[in-house]
Amino acid sequence: MRALKAELPALLLLGVLAVAPFAGFGEGYVLTLMARAMILAMAAVSLSLLVGGAGLVSMGHAAMMGFGAYAVVILDDARIVEAHVVLPVAILAAAGFALVTGAVAVRTSGVHFIMITLAFGQMAFFTATSLAGYGGDDGYTLYARNTVAGGRLLENKLAFHYVCLGALAAAWLLCRMLLASRFGRVLRAVKGNPMRAQALGFSPYPYRLTAYVIAGAIGGAAGFLFANATEFVAPAYISWQRSGELLFMVILGGVAGLHGALIGALGFVLLEEWLSHQWEHWRILFGVLLILAVLFLPNGLSGIPAQVAKGLRRG
Amino acid sequence: MAEALLSLRGLQKRFGGLAVTDDVSLDVTPGEIHAIIGPNGAGKTTLINEISGVLPVDAGQIHFDGRDITTLPLHRRARLGLARSFQITSVIPAFTALENTALAVQAGAGSSFRFFRPASTEARLNQAAMAALDAVGLGARAMVPAGAMSHGEKRQLELAIALATEPRLLLLDEPLAGAGPEETERLIGILRSLRGRYTIVLVEHDMQAVFALADRISVLVYGRVIATGPTEMIRANPEVKRAYLGEDDLPLAEGAPC
Repeated sequence: MRALKAELPALLLLGVLAVAPFAGFGEGYVLTLMARAMILAMAAVSLSLLVGGAGLVSMGHAAMMGFGAYAVVILDDARIVEAHVVLPVAILAAAGFALVTGAVAVRTSGVHFIMITLAFGQMAFFTATSLAGYGGDDGYTLYARNTVAGGRLLENKLAFHYVCLGALAAAWLLCRMLLASRFGRVLRAVKGNPMRAQALGFSPYPYRLTAYVIAGAIGGAAGFLFANATEFVAPAYISWQRSGELLFMVILGGVAGLHGALIGALGFVLLEEWLSHQWEHWRILFGVLLILAVLFLPNGLSGIPAQVAKGLRRG
Repeated sequence: MAEALLSLRGLQKRFGGLAVTDDVSLDVTPGEIHAIIGPNGAGKTTLINEISGVLPVDAGQIHFDGRDITTLPLHRRARLGLARSFQITSVIPAFTALENTALAVQAGAGSSFRFFRPASTEARLNQAAMAALDAVGLGARAMVPAGAMSHGEKRQLELAIALATEPRLLLLDEPLAGAGPEETERLIGILRSLRGRYTIVLVEHDMQAVFALADRISVLVYGRVIATGPTEMIRANPEVKRAYLGEDDLPLAEGAPC
């Protein structure tokens, strides 16, 4: 029962997203916005596996999405648009990049890990800008969305909504299962006290690298969806600002549980959207709100209920 | 004398110009509690760090069960059965006492590259962990997060973690450090209950405890072993008395406090 209670916020959120199209949020524009939020939430959940689960604060996670998105582009250019082919390629490309860069990066920790993932991310960014055949700096517009078994399922906004929701739920369940497993226990132990974990016989390296590759693979899947959502891919998707935004979503939501990343990502995207309609210089206000959130919500948005309860008890 | 389980030969370690381990040779025989004592700064913790693999040595050999482990990393030595506790409490604060201990059991119970089943539902891990917690008297506190435990409880937990790995050699670095009088009593009782069942290298400042527990004692001064032998012999050794002159918490001249 206690386990179920801990999962309640995430289940509630996924439930709300499931009924939203039939509860007055079925317009095309709103569906597009929700799809974007869910895809970023999926990437944020995988980043949360690294940050909250393994203590690996990556500043290059957008590159994982970028590899997934550019897999769609490159295959699109070669007229390969079937999702059954494109999606595995997108996932493998991102996982491969995570394996190669992670083999170096996870040997470090703390600030060094942040810097090295940032550097690898920027390498991916500059590589993308130099891909003249795929639009270079300007980006690449897809001919159409990927097909599923030859059908245009992903073109249907409502269907795409549920595809994104399913992917998000799957990513969340996968990460949740990993964190609870033996593997995840070692990962969390290495984060909590690396010396203790080693004294027990666990070498941190293979555990951290495996987590890094899995998170990369999920990021690649999110990149595949993102390319299909926007039907356009540009190097900006890989920029370090995007990595920073993903990290911010995770921290805004709270790193104590995976649902923090869900809440953080949805909150971030919706707030951004709403503010941008209120005032043309909305970014200033957005920045201030984010700073306030960090200052006054030590456990992020997902920590608010506990914080309120504590405040009430103190009376 | 039985074949040594752990033997150190000519260990050397310098921090700059300071020799913190100076030609240390020691044998630890199976089943004994071997205490290492010495004044502050004698290099006791350094020696434990060298044996467990936290610090590399500059020269000399460390043999464990006939195998040269001098250059093995910490986690490989742990796999061979060397368990250690830390002078400064080293538990995982976010884990409950049970999960801290179950993790230690997990280390010796097959691969940890298992991704599907929740580890907290593995009865085999939990039962062995509970047995270790019961052995140190923490059974009733199993579900308390380690970070919320008292200092004495953390020391007990540290012991339970070491026991849960089913070690062949326990390296205990000041297990009584910072414990109050009552906690000290309890911890000594726990350590005494381990006597004969485990081979233990014990670094400890509390001389009452050392003389109550140890089978043999080695005295370390400025990185050198100045004497090693059975408890009574060390108590009577004039060189040891001289090394401790002026330290009033060391009741070397008193009767055996047991």
